[in-house]
Parts: sequence; C-alpha cells; structure tokens
Amino acid sequence: MTGAGGKALALHLGVIGLLLALHFILPPYHHTNLARVMVLAVFAMGYNITFGYTGMLSLGHALFFASGLYATGLLIQHGAWSAGPGLVAGVLAGGAMALAVGLLALRTTGVAFMIVTLMFAQAGYLAILYFGSWTRGDEGFVLDRAARAIGPFDLSDDATRYLVALALFSVALLVNLRLARSPSGRVLVAIRENEERTRMLGYDPWRHRLGALALSGLYCGAAGAAYGLLFGYVGATFASIQYSILPLLYVLLGGAGTVLGPFLGTLLMFYLIDLSSAVTDAHLMVVGVALLALVLFAPRGLLGALRARFLPWLP
Amino acid sequence: MILETRGLTRHFGGLKAVEQVDFDLETNEVHALIGPNGAGKTTFVGLLCGRIAPDAGTITFMGRDITRLPAHSRVGLGIAYTFQITSIYAALTVFDNVAIAVQRRGSRHLDTDTRAALARVGLDNEADLVAGALSYGHQRLLEIAMGLALDPRLLILDEPTQGLADSEIEEFKALVRALGHSTTVLLIEHNMDVVMDLADRITVLNSGEKLATGTPAEIRADPTVQTAYLGE
Repeated sequence: MTGAGGKALALHLGVIGLLLALHFILPPYHHTNLARVMVLAVFAMGYNITFGYTGMLSLGHALFFASGLYATGLLIQHGAWSAGPGLVAGVLAGGAMALAVGLLALRTTGVAFMIVTLMFAQAGYLAILYFGSWTRGDEGFVLDRAARAIGPFDLSDDATRYLVALALFSVALLVNLRLARSPSGRVLVAIRENEERTRMLGYDPWRHRLGALALSGLYCGAAGAAYGLLFGYVGATFASIQYSILPLLYVLLGGAGTVLGPFLGTLLMFYLIDLSSAVTDAHLMVVGVALLALVLFAPRGLLGALRARFLPWLP
Repeated sequence: MILETRGLTRHFGGLKAVEQVDFDLETNEVHALIGPNGAGKTTFVGLLCGRIAPDAGTITFMGRDITRLPAHSRVGLGIAYTFQITSIYAALTVFDNVAIAVQRRGSRHLDTDTRAALARVGLDNEADLVAGALSYGHQRLLEIAMGLALDPRLLILDEPTQGLADSEIEEFKALVRALGHSTTVLLIEHNMDVVMDLADRITVLNSGEKLATGTPAEIRADPTVQTAYLGE
C-alpha cells in the first residue's frame, strides 16, 4: 500500500514540477493558455468530486463557478473590496451555493437530480441577467488592473498569473489526492458503487453526498474567483449551460474518478477546440467526433482506461 | 435481552407481511428464524435493521426504543445486516469492501484490522482482487465478513448459506461457532441441518405471524409447527 501511495504522490508532484518547468520555457501564447487550463482544471476537479467519486450527475455546476466569479467580481467592482478578501469570499460563495442547492436538490437522485440542478443553474443565469444594472448582463464587466493585486503580486502580470494559477491548481490537486486515498473518499466511492449496501454499513448517504457537493462547490467557487481575478473579466456566459456541460466533458475525456483525469481532459479539450477552430468553423463537430470515439473506445476516459489496463495503483 | 419487539406490524396493501409480532432475542444467543416462503422473515428483519418502516408496534434494542431510528444509526448502535442477495462492491477490491466496514467502527489501524477481518473468513489471500471476480461462495463469505467487520452486537444473516456447496456450508457453520457466543446472531435459514446445528432457539413465522419460539427440540415436537412447515 505504501508503495502504491508513494508512486501516486511522486506522479502528482512530478506533474506539478513539470508545470513549473513549463513556466520558464513556454512561448507567451501557450503560457497564457496553460494558466487558463489550470484554473479550468480546478473547476473540473470540483465537478469530478460529485460526478466521478460520488456518482451524482449534475448539470448545474456553472452556478457554483459563477457564484465564485460574481461574488469576487461584484465585491471588488461595487464593494471596493481588495482582491485577497474577494478571492476568499468567492471560494466561500461557491461552497455556500452548493450547500444550499444540495439541501434541496439532494431530495432527488439520478435523472431528477440532473434536471433540478440544471434548473437551479438556469435560475442563477437568469438572475445575473435580471440584475443587469449591477452585473451588466451578457456584456459583463472588466475588473480594473489596479484592483487585481494581492499585496505585492499583480495578478494581471503574465508570470504572476501563471504562478498563482499553478499554486491554486497544486493545492486543489493535492487535496483531491488526499481525499481519494482517505476513508471519506472510500465512503463516497462506496455510495457511488452501492448505495443500499453503504447505508447498511452505517453511513448516511444523504449527509455524505451533501458534504461532497459542498466541497465540490468550494473547488468551483475557487476556480471562478481565480478566473475573474487572473483574466479580469466577469460575464454571464460563465453561468450559462455551456459551462455546466464543459466540466462534464473534461472529466469524461480525462477519466471520471481519477485525480489527474480532470486536468488531462481540460488540457486536451482546450487544445482540441483551439486547434480545430484554427482549421475550420465547425470546430464543435471535431469535438463531437472526439467524444464519440471516446464513448466507443474508452468509456472510462483516458486515465480510466489506463488504470484498468496497466496502472491499477493510479488514484 | 438484547432486542425485543411488541406488536410489530407491517402490511403491503392487503398483504399482512408482518402481523402483531412479539419477539425476544437473548443476549449472545444464536437464534434462527424459519418459516415457509412468504412467511415474512425478510420483512421482519428489514424492520429490525431499519430498511423498512413499521406500520405499528415498537422495537427496543439494549433498552432503547429504536422504532423510528434510521438504518444507518442502528448500525452505529451495533446492528449489522447481511443481504439475502449478495450485495458487495463488485468493482472495488476485496480489501476496500471490508475496509469500508472496518473504518465505520472507528478503527485506528485500518490496514491491520481489515486484513484480520479478511483472515477470519479465509479471504486474506484474495485482498487485492476485484470483488466481482470472486466465486459465488467467496462473495457470500465476503458479505458475511463485511457484517462481522462492523464488530456488531447483533448480526442479522439473511439466508447466508443459500447457493453454497456442502463444504462451504461446513465452513460457514464453523465461522458462526467460532464467534463463540460473543455476539448475538439472528439467522434466517432454510437449511434445517444448519438451523438444528447452530441455533440455541428457533422462532417460526407463518403468514406474518409468530407461530412458536423454542429450543430445536421443542420446535421439532410442536404439532402446529409440524402442520405448518416441518411436515410438508
């Protein structure tokens, strides 16, 4: 067990080390892309905690991302908060929103849970449009460069942005790794695999699902808040259905229920869209074909397939 | 007395699955619950462990009224249930299956305790296999190992020997004997050899009602039981 645990820790620290090395060698275009991918990967990791580990298919995670994004953005823009406390507020807003939605939505499971979470997210999206005088609706608003600094760190600076994104990503990844190997993580997987059995081993599935959803909300809130601060834009698109589907695709592609899967999926999907839209306007068709191939040949995602065949120790 | 029910009743529509059952379970006895198919045995233990809510009556466990307590809290008090239809985590390893039970009782040495719980049923060499790959007999043993790993005060076994080969039934009997009356065992069982071998007392259910309770010898001699069940 310690052997597998050591290997897993080494692998994940290695990925973080590699991303740090890339900071010094990537050309500016890919450097910015990778910073964006790391923040979106935190969003996907959050999604993976509910979907991949606990087995709840949510179609409403854009709401938790947007909660972080807007809590931070609005407090800075209209409340004259500084970036540091704004970021903390964004993380907490994501968690609180997930907790509130969970208290109501977790009365349902399966398809009904999908629909209920989708409806909550749409209500959030429409609320952002409705309060247009504050949020400027679809158009959104840009955060001042001056407001995007934590202490001496100017988050709009390219190098700082990359390193802050990497720091957030590293914390999220290592917490996720810890969770996956912990007794609590084992209970979440047990609920996914066989709810009734888990109840009869003395666990309250509802309470563990709510906990998983709240943790997932913290991840998504952190990603949303960081996205706003690092890239300086807050807009309603991030609350739309598209941003509920994207993390699902990232996780499916990389491997649901794996720690590195969300990052791998985000990276591949990001560049798949990026490269294919350089070649054709119909870049969504390329994405569609990639997903079809995935469902046909690796339904458990890339790392899921790799784990099943070659690396049983992969967390 | 570890557990008692008074007037316990559960109907499904017009079907009286469990009707006015008064039932006493002595501490650390092995008690068998028998009766023809459809007698209400599984519903009755479902009421005891909280999978099913009663329509009327009370359940008292160690002096505490647990009638309204949810199933997962009853496990916390020491009531473990193993399923009639094998219900393991087929996609997880044998180790993880038992570890989930072991960590519920607050074990500080998860790895050691899990391997010890597996050794008790002789599955210690299979720890790293995926549970779904085990033979049917071994899956039944794993199911029992998960119940035992909770270290329960009351272990409810729902037809544990169903579908097992004769040699596996002998192993199961040895396992229950090895508990050495340190735990109360309530056993639903169709195999009369197992019942007569293991049980200190037997309760017979028929059409949801309790027909008789007594030692194996008393039950064998009971004319109403013979008409309803044993004689057929």
